[in-house]
Formats: sequence, C-alpha cells, structure tokens
Amino acid sequence: MATSSALLFPSPSSASSPPSSARVEAVVLFNVCDSYVRRPDQADRVIGTLLGSLLPDGTVHVRNSYVVPHSESADQVAIDIDYHHNMYASHQKVNPKEVIVGWFSTGFGVSGGSTLIHEFYSREVQNPIHLTVDTGFTRGEASIKAYISSNLSLGDRHLAAQFQEIPLDLRMIEAEKAGFEILKSTMVEKLPNDLEGMESSMEKLYILIDEIYKYVDDVVEGRVAPDNRIGRFISDSVASMPKLSPAAFDKLFNDKIQDNLALVYLSSITRTQITIAEKLNTAAQVL
Amino acid sequence: MANPAAPGGMRSFLQAVSTVTEEAPTPLRVVQMEGLAVLKIIKHCEEFAPALVTGQLLGLDVGSVLEVTNCFPFPIREEDDEADADGANYQLEMMRCLREVNVDNNTIGCVMVQERKLYPESTIEAFILANQSPFVDMVYHTRQSCIMIYDESIRRCVCIVYDPSRSSQGVLALKALKLTDSFMDLYRNNGLTGEKLREKKLSWVDIFEEIPIKVSNSALVSAFMKELEPESPVTQCDFDRLKLSTAPFMERNLEFLIGCMDDLSSEQNKFQYYYRNLSRQQSQQQAWLQKRRQENMARKAAGEEPLPEEDPSNPIFKPIPEPSRLEGYLVTNQISSYCNHINGVAGQNFNRLYLMKALHED
Repeated sequence: MATSSALLFPSPSSASSPPSSARVEAVVLFNVCDSYVRRPDQADRVIGTLLGSLLPDGTVHVRNSYVVPHSESADQVAIDIDYHHNMYASHQKVNPKEVIVGWFSTGFGVSGGSTLIHEFYSREVQNPIHLTVDTGFTRGEASIKAYISSNLSLGDRHLAAQFQEIPLDLRMIEAEKAGFEILKSTMVEKLPNDLEGMESSMEKLYILIDEIYKYVDDVVEGRVAPDNRIGRFISDSVASMPKLSPAAFDKLFNDKIQDNLALVYLSSITRTQITIAEKLNTAAQVL
Repeated sequence: MANPAAPGGMRSFLQAVSTVTEEAPTPLRVVQMEGLAVLKIIKHCEEFAPALVTGQLLGLDVGSVLEVTNCFPFPIREEDDEADADGANYQLEMMRCLREVNVDNNTIGCVMVQERKLYPESTIEAFILANQSPFVDMVYHTRQSCIMIYDESIRRCVCIVYDPSRSSQGVLALKALKLTDSFMDLYRNNGLTGEKLREKKLSWVDIFEEIPIKVSNSALVSAFMKELEPESPVTQCDFDRLKLSTAPFMERNLEFLIGCMDDLSSEQNKFQYYYRNLSRQQSQQQAWLQKRRQENMARKAAGEEPLPEEDPSNPIFKPIPEPSRLEGYLVTNQISSYCNHINGVAGQNFNRLYLMKALHED
C-alpha cells in the first residue's frame, strides 16, 4: 500500500522542491487591487497571504488571497501575525483545500523588507512564492511577477536570500465565466442576458468565418504565403463536422426543433396552469 | 406612523426623526456590484457546485443604489446547533478582520445562494432555503448573533443568486432579488392567509422583486484587466454558448419542474383537507345552532330565559388554523422560474439549430 501511494502522490522529497511555475486567478488580482485601494493612509504598499494548492506538476495554483496588516520602517517589518492566523483559520473553515502557498505585495519587484516577510512565510509553508503586483504601473505596464527564494550560503553560514523569478500563468479561466467585458470597464450598466450573449458569440463566429474565407482566398490567389499549420487546422475543423445526407440532417433538425417546441409548449401551459390555480386558491371561498 | 396619542407639538425630536426616516425610504433601484464580489461569488459557487452555498454581502447603501463592494462565503452549513454557533463566530470574526483592512463592513444582504440544488429529491428544501433564508430564516438566524447589523437594514437587503448550471451555458447567471415590502408586511404579521392575500392582492409574482445589477470596477482593476486581457478572439464563454448539447440541462430542469409539481399538489391537498374540515365544522355549527334555537323557542314558550346562542367551550366552535400559503407561493415561484429557464434555453436552442442548419447548407 505504501508503495502505491508513493506512486500516486508526490513523494515528500519532490514536494519540497521549489515550485516551477505559478498560476494566478483573476479573483486574487482583484483582491490585491482592492486592498491596495483601501490601504491605510500612510502605507506605501500592502502585503497579504496567498492561498491555493500545489499541483502535481510543480505549479502553484493561487486561488485566493487576503490582505494582512503590516507596518514597515527603515529596517524592520511588523506583521500582524494574529490577524494572519485568524484569517487563515476562517478561510480553512470554508475551503480546507486551500492552504498557504505564499504571499503577495504591491509594488515593482522585490524590495528590502521583503526578505524578512519571506522568512516569516517560509516558517508557515515550505518554499512560499512571492507575488508582486505593480499597482503603480512604474514601468508603464501592468507587471505581475512571481518569485521563489533560495538561500545562498557558504558552508554553514547564511549569506543572503536570492529571489528568482518563475513563470507566471495569467490566463484566468474563471474570469472568462464572468466575461472580460464586465471586468475591464469601470462601469457596466446592465448585465448581458442570454440572447445578447448569444448574439455577440454568433457575431464573433461570423467574423472568424469571414476571416478564414479571406485567408483561404488570399492563399488560393497567391497573395499570402500558405502556412501548412493553419491549413491543417482549417481542414480539421471542416472535417470535424459530421457528414450527413440532407435527408438525415433534415430529420435530425426537425426532431430537435420539435423537441424544443414541445418544451416551450409544456412550460407555457405550466405557467398558465399555475396562474389559474392561484386565482382559484385565493378566490373568495363560498362557505 | 405618528403616534396619535401624542399631541402634535409635543413629539420629541427622536420621534420626529424616526417618523421621517420611516415614511420616506428611497426605493432600491440598482444593485451595483464590484467585479471583485462577482468573481468571489463565482469562485465559491463553482468550487462547491452541487452544494447549496451561502455567504454575506458587504458594502454601502447609498440612496437608491446598493453598492456591493465585497463578500465572503459561509462554511457549508451543517445541521446542528454547535455548527450554528460556530458559524456565527466565523461570521463575526470575518467581519472584524475585514473591518481592520478597511473593507466596508455593512452587511447588506446574503449571497451566493445557488438557484437550485442538483439533487432532485431535496429540491424543495433547497429552494425554500434558497428563497427564504437570505431574508427570513437567516435574518432570524443572524439576529441572535449580529443584532447590530440586520435589525436596521432588513428593508434594504438583497440576495444575489448565482446559478452555475446556467452559467455553464455561457450566461452570467447573476440575479439580485429582494423580498417586496408588501410581502414582508404580511409575513411579519402572519398574514399569509387566503383572505389577507386576497385583500392585498398579493400573488406569488409579488414575493420577489428583481433588481437590476450594475457592475463597477476600480480604475486600477480596469487598467490591469485591459492590459492582461488575452488576445484570443474566442473565450470559453463563446464555446459554451454555441454548444449544441443542452439536453442534460433541460432534463434536469424538467426533473425539478416535476418535483415541484408534486410538492405543489401536496400543498393543494393540504388546503383541500383544510377546507373539507372547515365545511364539516360549519355544518356542525349550523346543526348545533338550529338545535339551540329550537330549544330556545321551547323555553320561550315555557316562559324561561333563552340560552345563549354561542358556546365557546364546545369544540366545534374552535377555529381550525388555516395553513400558511407561503410554501405554495414559493413552489409556484420556483415553477415559474423553471418555466422561464426552459423557455429561455429553448429559444437559444432554436438559434443554435438554425445556425447549424445554415452552416450545413454552406
């Protein structure tokens, strides 16, 4: 049994190897920005704990975060450890699968106080990651970076800590659920409803099809150098459509339409029924 | 609201203030949610998808707009008292912690109640919980633990409902619901009987009121998202929308609908039983009254005092309590929302099918 579990799960030795990359969900980024906006008066930056899990392939998946109050002066950093532990306990109650994986800080790159904070988090978890979010846009771009730290030591003597950048995946699958349209503007007056969403998707589809037409035409006319990779993609997607005889397709199509019509009919009649039932139920009872 | 017993000029300032605030509550028009809150709700709901999850909304109440700036989830509730107390502690702790980092900590409602539970057999409890708990049950539940928050703001609290199964169709299925004032009045005064409902002309449609949602983001977040938005022209959302297989979704909806129908018919049976009992009692009363009158007539003829025509000690004069209409109304509400979903998805299906047809003909 012991051997099989060792095969299934990363063995302790591999778990202690530093994470190779990190993946950050949009909600973390939102939380960081929100806490930066709400930071105390005199504070330059905010720090906080990152929660998530370590995937088997060595990627740290950061799924949640909370801010931790701290104060910094020239050579010392004070973190509200009680707060950190309380908040962690609360988060654990909700989702025990999310454990501490590291910490975040706003600002560009790693700064002096960071080593001390990182040391603190190293005591909480092995190989924490350090995420920096440049809320000041110091380089004129949104730079979000993830680091791990390794100790440089000579013999037994600890010399310094080195922060190493690791690749960061910011694809934000969850955010796609909400749609970037509502996340990227400062104000959206109305949530898109079913049909509007459908409409925009179809429009996109049409645009894509038009683009492909144009590309194929260009290639055929010799205006654009053919790219075998794209050609294969196109042929694959055309081939993925099942070939049906018109009669079979018509039957399939009509069956589906009939099914849906039946459903609409059913739901309408249900609605009518409950309306009548309600009228009858609350009508004056002749007793 | 003015106390008629107090003479006009003698009202205290406090009374005057309370009169003003009570008489002119600005109606709630819009719920404005931060992207952060939206994402948190989605995250929590998707993670615990089949279970019913709840949480608390935090934010500000500004005139006719309710701003939801943050939220936090509750642990999955277990059915015992210890967990209840634990949950209350958790809630207080979380609020305290969030206040410390300058998050608006006015509770303005409850969230994340998933629209439906995925287990057909427990649909009824799920929806009652889903529909009721944010206001009635949980308002009560939290009253004991967080009196300070709920007491004043019950009127202005909303429930944000997120439906993951509809979201898998590529729609952002987020809704803000609020119990209507007229319903709340009746509910508080236990007035959910046939007669009162008829008087107030309150039907099941009037229990909930949907409030439009606006989404706002801070400029900082908006800048980040503009920068980080992926290049790809299609998103997962588009794929979900154009997916042809909606049968499982429809099937589940229909299953729930059938379940609700059963519940509704059992509700109806309850009422039929009640009315049968009532009419039996009334005929008994009539018979008794007739007998008593005859008796009285005989006594009159004999020159004796007539007996009273009422006898409270007699069990047939004990009123039979009328069952509450609440359950029936809620079931009806749920049925109608299922019907809406079915209609909506069927409509989309037509779109997809015709699109497919067009593609095929090309």
